[in-house]
Amino acid sequence: MTIEFCDSVEQLMAKVPDGAHLAFAKDLAGAPMAAVRALIRAGTKDLRIVTVPTSGWPVELLVGAGVVSSVETSGISLGEYGGAPRFNAAIKQGAISIKDATCPAIYAALQAGEKGIPFIPLRGVIGSDVQAYRDDWKVIDNPFAEGGGDPVLLLPAIRPEIAVFHARRADRNGNVYVGIQRELTVLAHAAQETLVTVEEIVDGDLMASEESAAAMLPGVYVSAVAEAPRGAWPLGFLDMYTEDEAHLAEYAALARSDEGFASYLLREVHVAGELESA
Amino acid sequence: MASPCLPEELLIATLARLLEGCRTIAVGVSSPIPGSAALLAKEQSRTPVHVDVLESFGGNSFTEGSVELFDRAAQGRVDAFFLGGGQIDGAANINLVGVGDYPATKVRWPGSFGSAYLYFMVPRVILFREEHTRRVFVPNVDFISAPGVSGEEIYRPGGPHAMVTGLGRFSFDKARARFRLESVHPGYTLTDIAENTGFDFDHDDVPAETPEPDAATLAAIRGPVAEEIAKSYPKFAERVFPAA
Repeated sequence: MTIEFCDSVEQLMAKVPDGAHLAFAKDLAGAPMAAVRALIRAGTKDLRIVTVPTSGWPVELLVGAGVVSSVETSGISLGEYGGAPRFNAAIKQGAISIKDATCPAIYAALQAGEKGIPFIPLRGVIGSDVQAYRDDWKVIDNPFAEGGGDPVLLLPAIRPEIAVFHARRADRNGNVYVGIQRELTVLAHAAQETLVTVEEIVDGDLMASEESAAAMLPGVYVSAVAEAPRGAWPLGFLDMYTEDEAHLAEYAALARSDEGFASYLLREVHVAGELESA
Repeated sequence: MASPCLPEELLIATLARLLEGCRTIAVGVSSPIPGSAALLAKEQSRTPVHVDVLESFGGNSFTEGSVELFDRAAQGRVDAFFLGGGQIDGAANINLVGVGDYPATKVRWPGSFGSAYLYFMVPRVILFREEHTRRVFVPNVDFISAPGVSGEEIYRPGGPHAMVTGLGRFSFDKARARFRLESVHPGYTLTDIAENTGFDFDHDDVPAETPEPDAATLAAIRGPVAEEIAKSYPKFAERVFPAA
């Protein structure tokens, strides 16, 4: 298996076709914001997104840009900057279809995807409206219960077509350092393809020492990598940089109106993108 | 002379008392007051207490991602957790999804997060919502992110244990699916609570007053708790504990 090293984030995101089933991890695990902007610029449409298990800024921007047809999530929020205005507006207008989930259900369904099994049972959830609105989930009686009964929820496996995330570094074999952000490993194991942006590409084999190997996503799961320094901006990234508070606050204010969001998109994604990709 | 107890400090102390005897406490995202309460409970316990604060670097012990919280909860390794809700009804159903007809809700909130699971698994779930209005405490929630009670056939070791709001503290009777007002916070009355609650609840004719934290508790809140919570919630700590 060969891993492609892309010269730019634009090139990396050009691999995402219209209608792709795309997975993002929660923002704190490494939000691929440069990749999100490149995806919007590429004009890719009808994305079907699943969040692991939540998201914020990536989904907010993609939904606002009108390139998303459905979102499966346990929660979409901009954290300290409040609700996600474009996502919320799209829900209210019925512009996207929403599959509300709960965090452990998304994790469990991905774990089924990792294992190559068709479904997985999960405790809880029964009797909630989360369950009531999910036609793709089933409830059966626990086949192992003595005397019958014991209803349990079954979830179909999730195998996203493409997972996209941002990480600290990769080596030239495409091994990606994910550190303690283990949701990224589960996500990449379950996904059919994984596209990664990294702060830096380094020489040497990161799988060579036991100490660093434990923190790695082996390149066998990775399809392509692009270097994107400050690739999570305007969000912060681990201990490497803090969030751009002024920028995020300005976004939250602008995105309250259609016009404000349109001006943000033009300035920060399209015009700025010409510089970003230059 | 110590400055008088702030409303946040009263809530922290009230929540911490509900955590007495817990060995493991987990706290979700955007929860500075529950987080402070967990740290206070740990500070005041004579036996070791383990606190995990989600999505905070160094604030939790998960090395396999936050899936570990759910796995631990399902195994009975988490004694207490906090949940809130945009709407909460008299049967302790909580709604974290939105107002109006689903799915095109006229007001959309972030989503159910882990509530549909942790409400079933964690023995002592404490509902916490500072805003106590009829907008929040409704007759029936518009969307059940997680039900307050389940039928006997459903595996459910956990559920609502108590509820703390900006006005008072309630217990919850699972058999009757009903809240009982246990105490009213200083400065408020039973009438204030009844007028701002969209469902009936049990109460004494003259409910008790929520006790304010004693000097030692206040010192713990303003000292070690303030210092620790600032690591996860710097803005909250700056606002509530400016001297710390």
